Amino acid sequence: MIYRAAGQFKTTYAADQAIFPIAQDRVVVLLAVVAAFVVPPLLADEYWLQAVLIPFLVYSLAALGLNLLTGYAGQLSLGTGGFMAVGAYSAFKLTLAFPHVNIVAVFLASGLIAAAVGLLFGIPSLRIKGFYLAVATLAAQFFLIWLFNKVPWFVDYAPSGTITAPPRSVLGVMVTGPEATAGARYVMALAFVAVFALVAKNLVRGRLGRSWMAIRDRDIAAEIIGIRPLRTKLLAFGISSFYCGMAGAELVFLYLGSAETLAFDVSVSFLVLFMVIIGGLGSILGSFLGAAFIVLVPIFLANLPHLLGIDMSTALQKQIELMIFGGLIIFFLIVEPHGLARLWQITKEKLRLWPFPH
Amino acid sequence: MTRRTLSTVLLAAAVALAPLTGPALAQDKTIFIPLLVYRTGPYAPSGVPAANGFNDYFNLVNERDGGINGVKIAFEECETQYDTKQGVECYERLKARNPVLVNPFSTGITYQLIPKAPVDKVVIHSAGYGMTASADGRWFPWVFNFPMTYWSQASAFVKHVGQQEGGMDKLKGKKIVHVYHNSPYGREANPTLETLARQLGFELTLLAVDHPGQEQKATWLQVRRIRPDWIYISGWGVMNQVAVKEAGAHGMKMDRVVGNWWTGTEADVVPAGDAARGYKSMTFHAPGANFKVHQDIFKHVYAKGKGAAKKEAVGEVLYNRTIINAMLNVEAIRTAMAKYGNKPLTGEQVRWGMENLNLTEQRLEQLGMKGLLRPLRVTCENHEGNGMAAVQQWDGKKWNIVSDWIEPMRDVVRPKLEAAAVEESKKLNYTKRDCAKEK
Repeated sequence: MIYRAAGQFKTTYAADQAIFPIAQDRVVVLLAVVAAFVVPPLLADEYWLQAVLIPFLVYSLAALGLNLLTGYAGQLSLGTGGFMAVGAYSAFKLTLAFPHVNIVAVFLASGLIAAAVGLLFGIPSLRIKGFYLAVATLAAQFFLIWLFNKVPWFVDYAPSGTITAPPRSVLGVMVTGPEATAGARYVMALAFVAVFALVAKNLVRGRLGRSWMAIRDRDIAAEIIGIRPLRTKLLAFGISSFYCGMAGAELVFLYLGSAETLAFDVSVSFLVLFMVIIGGLGSILGSFLGAAFIVLVPIFLANLPHLLGIDMSTALQKQIELMIFGGLIIFFLIVEPHGLARLWQITKEKLRLWPFPH
Repeated sequence: MTRRTLSTVLLAAAVALAPLTGPALAQDKTIFIPLLVYRTGPYAPSGVPAANGFNDYFNLVNERDGGINGVKIAFEECETQYDTKQGVECYERLKARNPVLVNPFSTGITYQLIPKAPVDKVVIHSAGYGMTASADGRWFPWVFNFPMTYWSQASAFVKHVGQQEGGMDKLKGKKIVHVYHNSPYGREANPTLETLARQLGFELTLLAVDHPGQEQKATWLQVRRIRPDWIYISGWGVMNQVAVKEAGAHGMKMDRVVGNWWTGTEADVVPAGDAARGYKSMTFHAPGANFKVHQDIFKHVYAKGKGAAKKEAVGEVLYNRTIINAMLNVEAIRTAMAKYGNKPLTGEQVRWGMENLNLTEQRLEQLGMKGLLRPLRVTCENHEGNGMAAVQQWDGKKWNIVSDWIEPMRDVVRPKLEAAAVEESKKLNYTKRDCAKEK
């Protein structure tokens, strides 16, 4: 009933190819996006914005990037943290070198630099795939972090080796630096995610996305029907790294304020990979659901004893949190190996038939 | 839809949509101090005694004196696992309870909080860690790192080496290796050591150990190849015990292996057994539980069943360090109360208390801490205070102080520190304040 599509006729090709062919979806998504822009900055307190929502948005962008590469193009990568670090350090160096350039341009440029590095480390993907490629990208992760640790130029010769986000504004509103309000940072992060989620959705619906999926599903068959594997795979690496690089820049500039290489260590790569797997490989919505799961559930669990009024020691609380979190991951992967996005899809299909299932 | 799918969907929805927080409302007539602790993870060996010390001292003040001049201390722990991202999350969560002062107890988290401090009006006290440059109070009004900084500490270590070698001129040609945790914390001592190496003519080799530091085989093979005369270690958590064990296993003379003051606790030497005998570390206070303050803690906290640690663990190095840290916080608040009245204070008022802290020998005696640490005086310009370092040595059973108080080479450290403060504050667009005008 809720998803009744009766009476909605598609009379043009454009209508047929719409991202959300059902009118209800269009309305709900549009309302959700508008609400996301308006409600939290007005209602949420600083804790919610700064410690919960901004990291969620930043990791969503990273998960989107990895999903393009791993979910759509089938190239397993463990280098996400490294590519994020490239974005963060380039953004830092760019703001220092060009103080008058708009921060949005800096973010985009640092994404491009990350894309270039991603292309470089994507070259082995022509010869190797699967777990072997994962190990090759792991090398990228370790090499990049080592590089940023080793060469003081990247941190502008700071003895501590930390990079700090300088204050910058967009349209007269401070968005980075200590004086930027959490609301402004949130809107900035949300705008980036909204635009690039749309770009990603259209990429994967188009020619490039379909060739990615062809490579993923059977690369030899894809080659026979005329898809050039090198170009396609490298583009996947490049575009994915662009997303990750932007996410890395946002991580430092909008979320943490300052960071060291430890913020991008290999655990970040695994975390983003888990987001993609739990959210759903090959799904744009899945990237968001996965990021929400990995970022929000631990915070929720950490706050749970307080909410329930249970007084327990900090260490015990943390250990229980880790156990429940691990258990939830296993639970969701057992009931739905295709991820949370698939669960949502099943629900939607059921709702279209409800209340008269056949 | 099967019942299973339905319940799965419902559970997913519950997890995703459940309201997250609702921190308890701050009661009035208290001063709230958040505790960022790490009782789990690779840094727990250092984090547990540190967290216990804070708890016990604040409990002591509440139980014995009924708070600071009648204003009780409220405190709450939040587990960070020594991870900066979790630390920021903790800080933001506890900020809702209007803290006046925070002890990040992690150099990484301190770096995250420094830019926030002037905006949130929360004093940061990084006692013996954090950003060395922030000791220049003219640029960093909200950050305090008394009783001493990493740079002063490193210079005191070099002085100790000079004393042992029979004069600073004997340092020429000696080989010193710095084995450090590859993080802002570990790197802090490097600039000072490099400067002193140039000035005094010793050969310095810097060897980084990556987080968390369980794997150090390659580093120590390098150390053995260099055959250093002295080894200085800046480690934390699980890295420390591995470093001490490796140093012993590679046959280093243990009395020439010196940890910084975060690399010299019971947890670091006990696992190495006999191999650790003779190992030294820097410190700024005495070890042991033979001070009056410990008797007070036993009487007022442990006898009432409110103790955080095991009774035997009272008096461990890090435990003592954090009761001192907590005491410094309490005394700063007391100093501020003398000016602003005995009531819950604001961040600005506590900041004034920190800047006017004058801990005399007499006051230390009243606090039951005579002999535990040196008197301390903080000023507006100098947020490091006039601290001195000492060297302690592990005799196989306990730590003993084996040196006099060592005055750091302030003539070397302070100018570099002031230059670094200018550099660091440029990044944050800070302006210099005039301390002469704020009396």
